[in-house]
Amino acid sequence: MSIPIKVRAGNGEIKALISHPTENGLRKDSKTGQLVPAHFINSVIIMLNGKTVLDGQWSGGVSKDPFITLRVKGMKAGDRVNLSVRDNMGDTGSVEASAS
Amino acid sequence: MNSARRLLLKAAGSAGLITSAVAAGLLIPGRALADWDSAAFSATRLIDALAAIGASRATTSLDVAVKTPDIAENGAVVPVEVHTTLPKVESIAILAEKNPTPLIAQYTLTDFDGVLTTRIKMRETAKVRAIVKADGKFYTAAKEVKITIGGCGG
Repeated sequence: MSIPIKVRAGNGEIKALISHPTENGLRKDSKTGQLVPAHFINSVIIMLNGKTVLDGQWSGGVSKDPFITLRVKGMKAGDRVNLSVRDNMGDTGSVEASAS
Repeated sequence: MNSARRLLLKAAGSAGLITSAVAAGLLIPGRALADWDSAAFSATRLIDALAAIGASRATTSLDVAVKTPDIAENGAVVPVEVHTTLPKVESIAILAEKNPTPLIAQYTLTDFDGVLTTRIKMRETAKVRAIVKADGKFYTAAKEVKITIGGCGG
């Protein structure tokens, strides 16, 4: 799972784009006519210097390739941000970045 | 969440206790402390989804704003910004009122600084509603988005 992330200490903003198909289980495959099974991220966690600042749950109603922005108080340059996700099929991904 | 785990989480006030819970195999590192709330996410009516997250009596607040495009041609990608000036924000939920299952995202937050965004799918023209829990109380605001092509499939 590719997860480009940007962290700006100036406004405390964390932006991440998570490459993921994010199927809600309601879409039909245009070739086979069969429903595409649900496959979506159900857990997203953002930590700042090891402290959880966002513990999120998602449904398949989040768009494909989920994009999330979060503003956190008190962020300084050099602070470490970790974002990790898990989907309903057990796949996981994570990324670390320093605030600049 | 089972009751034993709930008690454990209540008891786990310190990092040390969390660490020992991990060591005991009760918690898996890197996983959310809270289980995925399937009751809330599978609710097909807005009223049931709100009840499942405890927000049935949320107060409409001018201190919460939902920012979206007025018209989204593609319902598969609708950018939603939730802004709030409320202090002591504990959680934010995002719902699309006429989606097959309205609850889309639920976030528990610490040191939140007023802005959270997520891109969502919408089946049809409807209100996008944000629920903000701050200092133990639920507040809400909503914004209608006109959808040209629905983005939920089916």
